[in-house]
Amino acid sequence: MPLYHNDDQAMLADSARQFMAEEGKIAKQLRHWRDRDCPDGFGHALWEQFGEMGFTGILVREEDGGLGMGHVEAGIVLEEIGRNLSPSPFLTSSVLAATALGHGSNDLRGRYLPGLIEGKSVFAVAIDEGAKHRPERIKMRAEKSGNGFKLSGQKDFVIHGASSDMIVVAARTSGGDDDEDGITLFAVPKDAANMSHDSVRLVDSSMATHTKFNGVELDGDAVIGEVDGGREVLNAMLKAGRVGAAAEGVGVASGAMDMTVEYLKQRKQFGKLIGEFQSLQHRASHLYSEVEIARASVIKAQQLLDGDSEKADLMASVAKAKVSQTAGLAVREGVQMHGGIGMTDEYDIGLYMKRDRALSEFLGDAYYHSGRVAEMSGY
Amino acid sequence: MPDLDTFRQETRAWLEANCPAEMREPVRDEGDIYWGGRRATFKNDAQKVWFEACLAKGYTVPAWPKEYGGAGLGPAEAKVLRQEMNRINARPPLSSFGIWMLGPALLHFGTEEQKKHFLGEIARGEIRWCQGYSEPGSGSDLVSLQTFGEDQGDHWVVNGQKVWTSYADRADWIFCLVRTDKENKYQGITFMLFDMESEGCSTKPIKLISGNSPFCETFMDNVKVPKSYGDGLPAQVGEVGRGWDVAKYLLGHEREMISGADGGNTGTIGAAMKRHAGELDPVLRAELAMFDVDALAYGAMGEKFLDEIKVGKGHPAQPNMMKYAGTELNKRRHELMMSAGGSRSLEWESEETGGGKPSRNWLRTKANSIEGGTSEVMLNVISKRILDLPGS
Ligand SMILES: Cc1cc2nc3c(=O)[nH]c(=O)nc-3n(C[C@H](O)[C@H](O)[C@H](O)COP(=O)(O)OP(=O)(O)OC[C@H]3O[C@@H](n4cnc5c(N)ncnc54)[C@H](O)[C@@H]3O)c2cc1C
Repeated sequence: MPLYHNDDQAMLADSARQFMAEEGKIAKQLRHWRDRDCPDGFGHALWEQFGEMGFTGILVREEDGGLGMGHVEAGIVLEEIGRNLSPSPFLTSSVLAATALGHGSNDLRGRYLPGLIEGKSVFAVAIDEGAKHRPERIKMRAEKSGNGFKLSGQKDFVIHGASSDMIVVAARTSGGDDDEDGITLFAVPKDAANMSHDSVRLVDSSMATHTKFNGVELDGDAVIGEVDGGREVLNAMLKAGRVGAAAEGVGVASGAMDMTVEYLKQRKQFGKLIGEFQSLQHRASHLYSEVEIARASVIKAQQLLDGDSEKADLMASVAKAKVSQTAGLAVREGVQMHGGIGMTDEYDIGLYMKRDRALSEFLGDAYYHSGRVAEMSGY
Repeated sequence: MPDLDTFRQETRAWLEANCPAEMREPVRDEGDIYWGGRRATFKNDAQKVWFEACLAKGYTVPAWPKEYGGAGLGPAEAKVLRQEMNRINARPPLSSFGIWMLGPALLHFGTEEQKKHFLGEIARGEIRWCQGYSEPGSGSDLVSLQTFGEDQGDHWVVNGQKVWTSYADRADWIFCLVRTDKENKYQGITFMLFDMESEGCSTKPIKLISGNSPFCETFMDNVKVPKSYGDGLPAQVGEVGRGWDVAKYLLGHEREMISGADGGNTGTIGAAMKRHAGELDPVLRAELAMFDVDALAYGAMGEKFLDEIKVGKGHPAQPNMMKYAGTELNKRRHELMMSAGGSRSLEWESEETGGGKPSRNWLRTKANSIEGGTSEVMLNVISKRILDLPGS
């Protein structure tokens, strides 16, 4: 398969770009909700519009009411989300949770997917326990209790945790903290007793929770996939989420870069446009080259994932690491090349810097994923 | 695509039957590369067998049309052939500036007769070409070149000096930028082809920091270049005075080649350092890991770049970006390999290092971001043609 969008994908990209530039733009969404201290950190109306556009069910199989498309298509939507910094639960709900639910029972899929597809339900995933993404280590316990399970422990930095109708929780049903096996995934409904959220606002104005599970009782039918066999589903979910986050990151990087290159063509100093200074031209051109390479790594990862290739896991980490590095460069150069105005809250470039920070950390930063690349390569 | 699958099967079987085992080993030195030309000799039988098998199939230049010595493969088939060759580490059967640089320029600008004649010679490995662009006073600012061809009716008399002419001492013919109009900077250059054995044409090797002498000064002292080599065979490519267009077009291909987009620059090094795993300094390991991320990402970029070129997508100035990124990456690769190799990689002549391969290769890569246009010039071009920045 050639590494560019086919005609259908190009059409989707056009409509996603137009839609997001209008409905998802910074003034209308990110700033609007941020300045009102919105407890969700995103607008539900936009989420419903995502539903009308068909975005919400993009990865959901057709027999479950979705569009049955792939990660290239989901990535197209994510790149536009990134470019416009549009706050939405798309990544956690339509990519991560939807991937997990794809491994779930008919009953679970029937219970949760229709709401997602309509853009009414919001889902979160609770994996991390601590400030760094370390899914190899899962301490949180789920003990057998009656014909169900009882969850105890804490999950941290659950994005959209308090706004979610359901949270996909990775817990340990057997083995030690660092064991590969013994993980089970649960679909925990928002009204589950003995679950409590401590909400925190993050630097990009998104909302996360530290969520405590004080003996949360669940029926056996809340299990996604097999008991003790959750690692496989978890890995599938992580792969999809990482490639998705990378696609969003490419959008963040291009958005910041485009804004900066535009500024170089407007701002005058020493009687010249600052874009005439070679030192800035070279930095902008270096950035362009990095963004192009990062975008290529993402589409490669998406295609491998869609083709169910063994190499998808490696490339997912490559893409996540490369994009984190590149988007970081884009926002740092962006702020610097804007000069003083880049430091003001009124100007959008700083918002890109904040979003990049949070997105890079989500599901593993460049260091974590470079380390994975080393491990997968055997050194 | 069942046809493509069939083609893949056939190609695989053909390679299995025709590519000798010795030709599936990594290229270790110059002698492993077959450049062709009047004075060419094969290093061993395997090299000869492999070259001849490919020649018969049109695989020395697989994507060129059949009438010019190629196999006429379409983009998708050419990609399959490349992938299958990479899969078994098959060496290129023939390498040359004719294939990488002059060929594409002739395909685009040449007359039908020129294509038949010169492309055929290149495809068959009969004539080895060198590139006469740079001059002592004209490097990055190439268009300021001074080598002059005086019009003498049915021929030019060329005088001047070229420098950094790679393999000039081993080449048979030169494609040379010659000023034919001193009044007209951009439209006063002619892209001439002539025999290096012409009277008055001489070369002098220059030694590099790597200790090798792959390139030369080239002197033209009253070299007589006939205006025509026969019917439909002018000595210049494109029109007289319009050689700058040809020169720039060719540079695009040269940059693409140096960028290693086709897989030359995608190799990871971390995995190769596995044997040092225990002794790898943790900070070096981290650097290797981050390098490997960049190398694998660049590999995807190379694939995307080539896919896009074939269907005319992608920015026409993109080869400049590829050249910039690919060569900077390659320099970093060799810096890290030197560090990982430690003192062993400092050895300059020892047998263990194959005569100082690590350090000589490391030094050679420093030229990657100079030859074919420097990194700074690439960044200038990106600024101007892609980002459309003012005053660049
Ligand atoms: C191994 C090797 C093989 C080569 N093979 C050939 C060959 O076969 N045929 C041939 O014709 N040539 C060949 N070259 C020559 C090559 O194309 C030139 O070296 C190159 O174009 C740079 O020119 P220069 O060496 O004169 O450097 P200069 O142009 O003098 O550059 C010196 C420095 O100034 C910088 N600089 C120059 N202009 C600018 C600018 N506008 N903005 C910012 N920085 C600038 C450059 O980037 C560089 O860092 C080869 C070179 C090497 C190293």
